[in-house]
Amino acid sequence: MLSKKQAKTFFLGGTLLFFLIFIALSVDSLSNGIPENTHPEKMSEQAKLGRYLWDKNNCMGCHTLMGEGAYYAPELTRVYSRKGPDYIRAVLTAPEGWQPRGRKMVKYDFTDEEVDALIAFFQWMNDTYLNGFPPEPMMAQPQ
Amino acid sequence: MKYRSQKVAYYFFALSMLLLILQITYGFIMAFAHMGFDGLHEWIPFNTATATHKNLLVVWILSGFMGAAYYIIPDEAERELVSVPLAKLQFWSFAIVGVIAVAGFHMGWFEGRKFLEIPRPLDYLVALNVVGFLLLILFTLLKGKKKTTTAWVLTMGLVFAALLYLPGMIYFENIAVDSFFRWWVVHLWVEGVWELIMGGILSYLLIRLTGVDREVIEKWLYVIVGLTFLSGILGTGHHYYYTGGPDYWLMIGGIFSALEPLAFLGMTAFAVQMYRKGNKKHPNKLALFWTLNTAILSFLGAGLLGLAHTLPQVNLYTHGTLVTAMHGHLAFWGAYGSLVFSIISYAMPQMTGRKIFDNKIGNFAFWTANIGILGMTTAFAAAGVSQVSLERIAGYEYMEAAKVIEPHFFVLIIAATVFTTGILLFVWNFIKFGVPSDDALQPEGDVAFQPVS
Repeated sequence: MLSKKQAKTFFLGGTLLFFLIFIALSVDSLSNGIPENTHPEKMSEQAKLGRYLWDKNNCMGCHTLMGEGAYYAPELTRVYSRKGPDYIRAVLTAPEGWQPRGRKMVKYDFTDEEVDALIAFFQWMNDTYLNGFPPEPMMAQPQ
Repeated sequence: MKYRSQKVAYYFFALSMLLLILQITYGFIMAFAHMGFDGLHEWIPFNTATATHKNLLVVWILSGFMGAAYYIIPDEAERELVSVPLAKLQFWSFAIVGVIAVAGFHMGWFEGRKFLEIPRPLDYLVALNVVGFLLLILFTLLKGKKKTTTAWVLTMGLVFAALLYLPGMIYFENIAVDSFFRWWVVHLWVEGVWELIMGGILSYLLIRLTGVDREVIEKWLYVIVGLTFLSGILGTGHHYYYTGGPDYWLMIGGIFSALEPLAFLGMTAFAVQMYRKGNKKHPNKLALFWTLNTAILSFLGAGLLGLAHTLPQVNLYTHGTLVTAMHGHLAFWGAYGSLVFSIISYAMPQMTGRKIFDNKIGNFAFWTANIGILGMTTAFAAAGVSQVSLERIAGYEYMEAAKVIEPHFFVLIIAATVFTTGILLFVWNFIKFGVPSDDALQPEGDVAFQPVS
């Protein structure tokens, strides 16, 4: 029968082993996998400002990016290729705030520079590789 | 209650209840907004409501954990807390930082990082506060007559929870790196070190509520928390499938996520078996109900519903949809909300001397809260699966799908009303206990055991 000492050894030994494996994989992910998939060297100063604005305005509080965030507004990882820069600009500069089908987006008073920065960020995001996410819909959209 | 200083737990439990009610209020605001009723948009836009809802969740549960630690550690260490005034100072500073954070969200002062929206300047105050809390707990434990496994597991859970908050305070320009470290905090909290805290509190409660020998309970406690880390650490990989991480996480995350329910199943079997094995039964039936409820619902919510969408092939379609909300609500309630209710149900009669062990309001609160949350989980499941079918399979635009699934939020609101009724009744019972009193001191500790009839 398992003794308390053996149970303790199982807990401490198992935790240490899997923690070390996790750290090794994390180091590899951060130094190889993530840079290869996201190309941070291609992030312009504009895109960096856009990323900062994304956080500062808690865009994740309604949208998702890389599938992460709230579920009140569309996923934006591929919004640059899906909708294009002009559409994004129109959304961000709508005089009364964007209101698709009655759902209200916060009315932001972004400067032109900030709008350009957010578009640059979405463009950078568009070129990331996320292991196939978001998936292409299996069926065509109904007309 | 054996030690006078244990009474300080009451402040944290009361704050916990207050914040829970506020959290639910913001949940209603969000659910109505999903149905198109967003009349508060000018004052409380959705991104403010969601930041408030999620952070209040974290804070009310942490407040419950802190109260639990202040109640349990003196009892386990067999001595008074090293300083009650400092514990009260820690309480008030904790509450004030929380108020500033919530007020800040309403003025657009936040970081857009799910669950970690508190801005960095406030992060430092949180860290300082938690260091103060940990020092009080650690000194009490180290100066105590006994250093039990239960107390150490609980304390180590709290220490590692604090340490894991640190990677979440660093700013990374690459949002994929930021996300990578954000999960160090969030995942390794809820599917890692918080389970240490859960194991410690459950162990304490089971020792007192079932009369099973401490050595037996603590032995299995090691096994359960061992299983938790064995699966949970590499299970973090399920957050790295589609967020810029390398593809080996699909396999590693998939395998270890599939093992995660085992730890929760172990927790369930552990609690139920100890309950059945107990040769004594404590008269506090409500505390026993909540304790067993924690063990069972954590398996359903965190274990099974987590497994339902962490396989990479499934997660490709469910990632970033309301399916996550389905899992999240029952997981947080089952594993941690119910746990806080367990320790409150056990500690309040001890601290106040009022033996409200098995009353109608308490029972009704138990059943309505749990039936309500199961209803909410079902509504989220229906909404989530519909969203996946429409958006990810049929190719609907986001808002087209959102319009179709609106009725599910009506069901959600109905179920949430049932849940809220249960919570309010629980809080009513909590208020009826009154405040802790020195008259409730018992030099021999909890002597309420009664032989099984």
